[in-house]
Amino acid sequence: MSKYRNLLIGTAIAALAAMPAYAGKLGLGRAALPEEVAAWNHDISPDGTGLPVGSGSVEDGEMIFSDNCAICHGEFAEGVDNWPKLAGGMDTLNHKDPLKTVGSYWPYLSTTYDYVRRSMPFGAAQSMSDDDVYAIVAYILYSNDLVDDDFVLSNENFLDVEMPNADGFIVDDRETSEKAFWAEPCMENCKDEVKITMRAAVLDVTPDEAGGEATEGAAPAAAEEPAKEEPKMEEAKAEEPAAEQTAALDPALVAEGEKVFKKCKACHQIGEGAKNKTGPELNNIIGRTLGGHDGFKYSKTMAEMGEGGLVWNDETLAEFLSKPKDYVKKTKMSFAGLKKDDDIAAVIAYLKSFSQ
Amino acid sequence: MTVRFKGKSPSRRAFLKGTLASTAGAIAGAGAASAATPDPLITEKQSWAMGLGDGVDATPYGLPIKYESDVIRRNVEWLTADTISSINFTPIHALDGTITPQGCAFERHHSGAIELRKEDYRLMINGMVDQELVFTYEDLERFPRENRTFFLECAANTGMEWAGAQLNGAQFTHGMIHNMEYTGVSLRTLLEEAGLNAAGDLKDKWVYVEGADASSNGRSIPMEKALDDCMIAFKANGEALRKEHGYPARLVVPGWEGNMWVKWIRRIEVMDGPVESREETSKYTDTLANGTSRKWTWVMDAKSVVTSPSPQSPIKHGHGPLVITGLAWSGRGAISRVDVSKDGGKTWETARLANPGQPMALTRFYLDTEWNGEEMFLQARAMDETGYVQPTKHQLREVRGENSIYHNNCVQTWWVKSNGEAENVEVS
Repeated sequence: MSKYRNLLIGTAIAALAAMPAYAGKLGLGRAALPEEVAAWNHDISPDGTGLPVGSGSVEDGEMIFSDNCAICHGEFAEGVDNWPKLAGGMDTLNHKDPLKTVGSYWPYLSTTYDYVRRSMPFGAAQSMSDDDVYAIVAYILYSNDLVDDDFVLSNENFLDVEMPNADGFIVDDRETSEKAFWAEPCMENCKDEVKITMRAAVLDVTPDEAGGEATEGAAPAAAEEPAKEEPKMEEAKAEEPAAEQTAALDPALVAEGEKVFKKCKACHQIGEGAKNKTGPELNNIIGRTLGGHDGFKYSKTMAEMGEGGLVWNDETLAEFLSKPKDYVKKTKMSFAGLKKDDDIAAVIAYLKSFSQ
Repeated sequence: MTVRFKGKSPSRRAFLKGTLASTAGAIAGAGAASAATPDPLITEKQSWAMGLGDGVDATPYGLPIKYESDVIRRNVEWLTADTISSINFTPIHALDGTITPQGCAFERHHSGAIELRKEDYRLMINGMVDQELVFTYEDLERFPRENRTFFLECAANTGMEWAGAQLNGAQFTHGMIHNMEYTGVSLRTLLEEAGLNAAGDLKDKWVYVEGADASSNGRSIPMEKALDDCMIAFKANGEALRKEHGYPARLVVPGWEGNMWVKWIRRIEVMDGPVESREETSKYTDTLANGTSRKWTWVMDAKSVVTSPSPQSPIKHGHGPLVITGLAWSGRGAISRVDVSKDGGKTWETARLANPGQPMALTRFYLDTEWNGEEMFLQARAMDETGYVQPTKHQLREVRGENSIYHNNCVQTWWVKSNGEAENVEVS
């Protein structure tokens, strides 16, 4: 704390002058009820304070992880596309491009439990039971070879798990290790020669100004009226066949599909007020041209398939959902696919129930 | 969510095509020119001088005129897995002055920008306080208010440049920053309302802050900072916060990394130690060459960048007078001086500060100079009131190695060519 104290004193004095005079309490707000504090106070400290009573096994964790986490993090916590890798990278921290995972980098296990419980899965945060979170954390540990496959993690043995990088951190030491930066700078003859050692134009990874994603929503000039009209008409055309299909929907199958759709919810919205998120919203998907939702930026392949006349129906959806990356090469959808035909049929029925 | 800072495989683009085409012709003439033929913009009657413009009811809340439609936030698609947990960049190359308009101030979300009504907003203070409290939004507006201007810089700003010159534009290299005038209540006022006697000696105490969104983005802040200058802000630049910046209320942590400025703040807990949350262990920590990592590197060190000329803002006029301008800031206090070099750091001249530096706020600098088509390696170097001098990338690498991501405050170089075009380069 002392390392920045001296600097703070200067600013604190300045701050006092600008701060309104205030002494004593104003009596604003109201007492927080114990139930309210309990509902929000979920942080877990490195010493285990805040851990709920419960447990979960690697075995259960494998299943729960596969259903809820593998979409982004991979079946073995190895990470899909650009999503975080949760396992591996041991002993890489002093290498070029270290791989920082729960196993190789995170100093405290409490952080993993705290984070999974409050923020995961992406798009359905706070939906897991405490035991399920224990199971997921156990599975992540197992994926990092830190526990065996018969391990059961609980609030009782939580602190026994040794994190490999627990001692890998030091507190900010810039004021000593970088002390040389506090020095009178050179003004003349500071170096003999200046040579270019690297050029951004050669690397060429800068986004195109015109094609940036931001231009879509932000530039009013870009959203011309005629452009909007066309896709709307396509959707209107799609209404008729969809309505026919809805009539024959099996409510039990739709209900089953709603369960399966949980896997999709992290990225896709459906129903009233659904908007494009990581994936396009899926109302009226039946009959929609591939890559045809106004305002969503699809992969090139998906857009081209749509331009070629492909439309979402039972066949195309079933094929896509079984192996997305096989059906649409380089699709942005990182989901690995639904393994069971029953699940595919159910989720298509569920999608149809929103295609009217 | 991971932000990736290593490059993707190169792709084709035509980034500067448009600007260069218009540059070529303009550069030829220098000095006070004389016109050969009368300018029709002057000699002919123009439609805007004859007809009528919009009425006062045309635009109840205005956006910039369409001719400025390229002054927008941009994102870099390959940086993140999706755009929900991602970042975009302030178009600093096209702005002047120091205040960042909210509509183009960069965004960083971990679970997307949520829509939270004032009526549904609650702020809880719990933990080691005399009375655990819940405030509504209305309650917040009844506390004594303050107005203060601060920069917010993401710890990852310039992070992509650690490995070398990578992104061609000040917006992308330095655009994870904005500077706004905040209106709100000091965090100290709220903590004192709950009472800190229960916390005992405040020296080793912490506050843990979290937001109402799914990421909640929890962070631990030492009590000393919490009581010093942090604020709960509900207005920025005079109007309500935008949803992407935490409407209806966010935390302001002056001079410290942006991730700590928790948006949609819903809870403040007084604790006897740090939570060591995801955002303060797995992220926002700095791994050194030997594999150990610095944590609690909260203060954003002094830094500056020339915003124009720069790759997205090439010199389009002829030879003669040239305004070089840029921004400087320090999380340790006020900017005291900015030097500019045109030759890649061999010689430096001191720039003019538009206004005296204010603590932990952006400072605008200008170098009013002459340019006659010579190649320049433009650099800026900031100094703050503690005597800290912005280092070069070499100096940083000597101490930190090459595996850092965050807290890169190195001197930036723009290679301005004889045609006025500029490129991001690294120099010896």
